[in-house]
Amino acid sequence: MSVLSNLFAELIAILTAILGAVPFIVGYVLLILSCLVVWKFIRKLMTPKKDYGSLKTVTFGDESAVSSNFAASVVSIVLIFILWGTFTGTKLLPSFLHMPGAYEGQFDFTYTAEAADGTVDDATVTVLVHGVGEQPVVPTIEPGDGFAKNDVIVIQAYRSKLLPWDANDAIMRKDGAKIIAINGQAIADGQDMNIAQTRLALTNKGTLNIEPNQGVQMEPIWLPSPEDVWASLVDISTDGFKNFTLAEHLGFSLFRVVIGFLLGAVVGIPLGYAMGLSDWFRGWFDPIVEFMRPVPPLALIPLVIIWAGIGEQGKIILLFLAALWIMAIAARSGVSGVKISKVHAAYSLGASKWQIMRYVIIPNSLPEIFTGARVAMGVCWGTVVAAELVAAEKGAGMMIMVASKFQQTQIVILGIILIGIIGFGIDMLMRWAERVLVPWKGRG
Amino acid sequence: MSGLSIDKLSMRFDLPNGASVQALKDVSLDLKAGELLSVLGPSGCGKTTLLNIVAGFLAPTSGEIRLNGSLVTGPSAERGMVFQQGALFEWMSVRENVGFGPKMKGQNPKIARETVDHLLDVVGLHDFKEKAVYELSGGMQQRVALARCLANDPDVILMDEPLGALDALTREKMQSLVLKLWKETGKTIILITHSVEEALLLGERLLVMAPRPGRIHKEYRLPFAEMGVGQDLREVKKHPEFAKNREEILAMIWDMEEEIMGRTEVAS
Ligand SMILES: Nc1ncnc2c1ncn2[C@@H]1O[C@H](COP(=O)(O)OP(=O)(O)O)[C@@H](O)[C@H]1O
Ligand SMILES: [Mg+2]
Repeated sequence: MSVLSNLFAELIAILTAILGAVPFIVGYVLLILSCLVVWKFIRKLMTPKKDYGSLKTVTFGDESAVSSNFAASVVSIVLIFILWGTFTGTKLLPSFLHMPGAYEGQFDFTYTAEAADGTVDDATVTVLVHGVGEQPVVPTIEPGDGFAKNDVIVIQAYRSKLLPWDANDAIMRKDGAKIIAINGQAIADGQDMNIAQTRLALTNKGTLNIEPNQGVQMEPIWLPSPEDVWASLVDISTDGFKNFTLAEHLGFSLFRVVIGFLLGAVVGIPLGYAMGLSDWFRGWFDPIVEFMRPVPPLALIPLVIIWAGIGEQGKIILLFLAALWIMAIAARSGVSGVKISKVHAAYSLGASKWQIMRYVIIPNSLPEIFTGARVAMGVCWGTVVAAELVAAEKGAGMMIMVASKFQQTQIVILGIILIGIIGFGIDMLMRWAERVLVPWKGRG
Repeated sequence: MSGLSIDKLSMRFDLPNGASVQALKDVSLDLKAGELLSVLGPSGCGKTTLLNIVAGFLAPTSGEIRLNGSLVTGPSAERGMVFQQGALFEWMSVRENVGFGPKMKGQNPKIARETVDHLLDVVGLHDFKEKAVYELSGGMQQRVALARCLANDPDVILMDEPLGALDALTREKMQSLVLKLWKETGKTIILITHSVEEALLLGERLLVMAPRPGRIHKEYRLPFAEMGVGQDLREVKKHPEFAKNREEILAMIWDMEEEIMGRTEVAS
C-alpha cells in the first residue's frame, strides 16, 4: 500500500514539475507558429515554383508531400542558439534580446533602529551586488555617529544574504535594539519591502535578509553562455583537462568504440553466418543470443568492472559484447534472407557450395550487416560514454563527469555537444559507407 | 541416348499436420534434344514441382529422370533455369551476371568474355553491359536471365513462367526472343506458363496438366512455334487453327478450375 502511495506522490510531483514547464513549452510553440506564419508570408511574396509537388491538391495525409522544410530546420537551430543566448545574457547578442538578468550594482538604504529605552538612530547600509566570477572592491564607509553604525555588504548576483546590521552597533539586538523603519518607511519583524530591485525582509528574529532580484536569466552554474562554452573549448583543447587534452579524451573514446566494434564484428559475423547456415549452430547459440540481446550493455558495466577493472581492457570487453550480439543477429538474418531462387539459380549455373557462399550468400547479407554495423556503432558510442561516466581515467564521458563534480558546467555542456556531434558523424559515415559499398541495398 | 526422359514421376508432400498432397502422380514424358515443350495447367497442378524435380532441387518420391542416359540426382550446369524474376544477383553488373556460369566453371576469362558479349548482343542489351541489374526494366532483367542461362551452354533450359511478370507488349517481344534463341541454339526447352496463347505460340509440344493429383491431362503437337520463328507473332495468332486450339484448351482449363472450385465448396 505504502509503495502505491509513494508512487502516487512521485507521480504528482512529476506532473507538477511538467505543469511548471508548460508556459515555456507554449511560448516555444507560439514562436514556431509565428515563424511559420512569417515563412508563409515570405513564400507568398516570392514567385511560386511550379514543381510536381506544388500541383498536388491532396497534401494532408499524403506522406510523400511532407518533406523536411529546410528553412524550418535552419530557424530551429538558430532559435536554439538565440534562446540559449537570451537566457544567459550572452555578449554575442544585442542586449535588448536578453531576458531581464539578475540585478547588479550598488545602492544605499537607511534603517532606523530603536533601542530598548526608546531612543532612535539612523544608519546607512551600502549594498554592492556583483556579477558571478567578479572580485569586487568592498566600498569603504564611515561608521557614522549615534548608536547605530553604518554597514556595508557585498552580495553575488543570484544570491541573498543576511545582514547582521547590529553587529557593529553600540546597542545590539540582544540589548533590545530593533529596526522599526527602512528609508523612513515603517517595518516590523516578519515584513518585507522592495528597494532598487531588491527585497529587504526582516526575519522574525529581527535580522535583515537582503535578496537582490534574480531576473529570469540562468545562472552560469546552471547554464553557461555560449561564449563561455566556446572559451572552455579553446581552453581545454590547448591546455587539456585532467592531464589529457580534449583530442585525447575524445580520441580514446573513439578508439575504444572502434576496437570494441571491430572485435565484435570479427566474432559476431562468422557466428551469425554459422547460425544462418547450420541448424546445430542455430540451436546452440539461439538461447545465448536471444538472452543477451535484450540485456542493455550498460547493465554489464558493474560485472565488467569487477572482472576486468576500469582500464582499457574492461571498456573494450564491454563494447565487444555490445557489438557482438547485434552483429551476430544482423549476419544471421542476412543469411536467412537470401532468396531461394538466387541460390537455386547459382546451383544450376554450376556453382559449388563454397562458390555459393562466396558469390551469393555473403554479398546478399552485406546490406543487413551494414545496417547492423550502423546500429552497433551507435550503441557502442552510447555505451562507451556511459562506461566512462562510471569510471575512467580519460574519455569523453569521464570529462563531463569530472567537470560536473567541479561544477564546471561549461565543460559539461561542451562535452555533451561534442558527444552528440561525434555520434552524428559516426552515423553519417556509416550511411555513406553503406551507399558506396552496398549500392544494391533494398533493390533485390 | 540423347534427350530427357521422365519416367513415372510421383511426388507427395507430407504436411506437418499429418495430411499429404499428391503434387504429381505417374508423370512420364520423353523429350528429344532440341524440342520445345510448353506446360499449361491450373495453378496447383504441380508444374513448378515438376520443373524443380527436373532441375534437381527436389528428389521425387518415386520415378526417375535421365538426361542423355544419366540419372538426375541434383542441380547441375547441364540443366539451366530461368525464374520468373528476382533470381539475378543484384550485387553484380549485367556482364558479371551473364558471366557467372563460365566463371564458376573456371573457364578462360577471355573466351568467357567473348561469349558474354556475344550473348548480350543477341538479347539486345549491347548498351547495358556495365549497368547494375536493378537499373534495368523487368523485361531487360529477363533478357539478362536468358543470357545468363545460355552462357553456361546447358543441354536443357527450364523456364518457370519466365514472362509472367511482364506487361503485354514486352511479353510479346520476349516471346519472339525465346523462339529466336530456341531456333539459333537448338536447346531443349521446357517452358511453364499460365497463358494459353503463350503456350500455343511457344510450344512445339504442349502439355496440359490436371490437378489433384498432378498429372498429364492431354498433349498436343503444334506447328505454331515453327511458324513463329522470325515472324510477327500476331500473324500466327490469326491462324484459324490457333483460335480453335485456344478455345479448346481454354474450355478444358475452365472445366478443371470449376471442378476445383466445386470441390472446395463442398469441402467447406
Ligand atoms: N514444399 C511444399 N510443401 C508442401 N506442399 C507443396 C510444396 N510445394 C508444392 N506443394 C503443393 O503441391 C501442389 C503443386 O504445387 P506447384 O507445383 O507449385 O503448382 P503450380 O506450379 O502448378 O501452381 C500444390 O498443391 C502445392 O500446395
Ligand atoms: Mg508454379
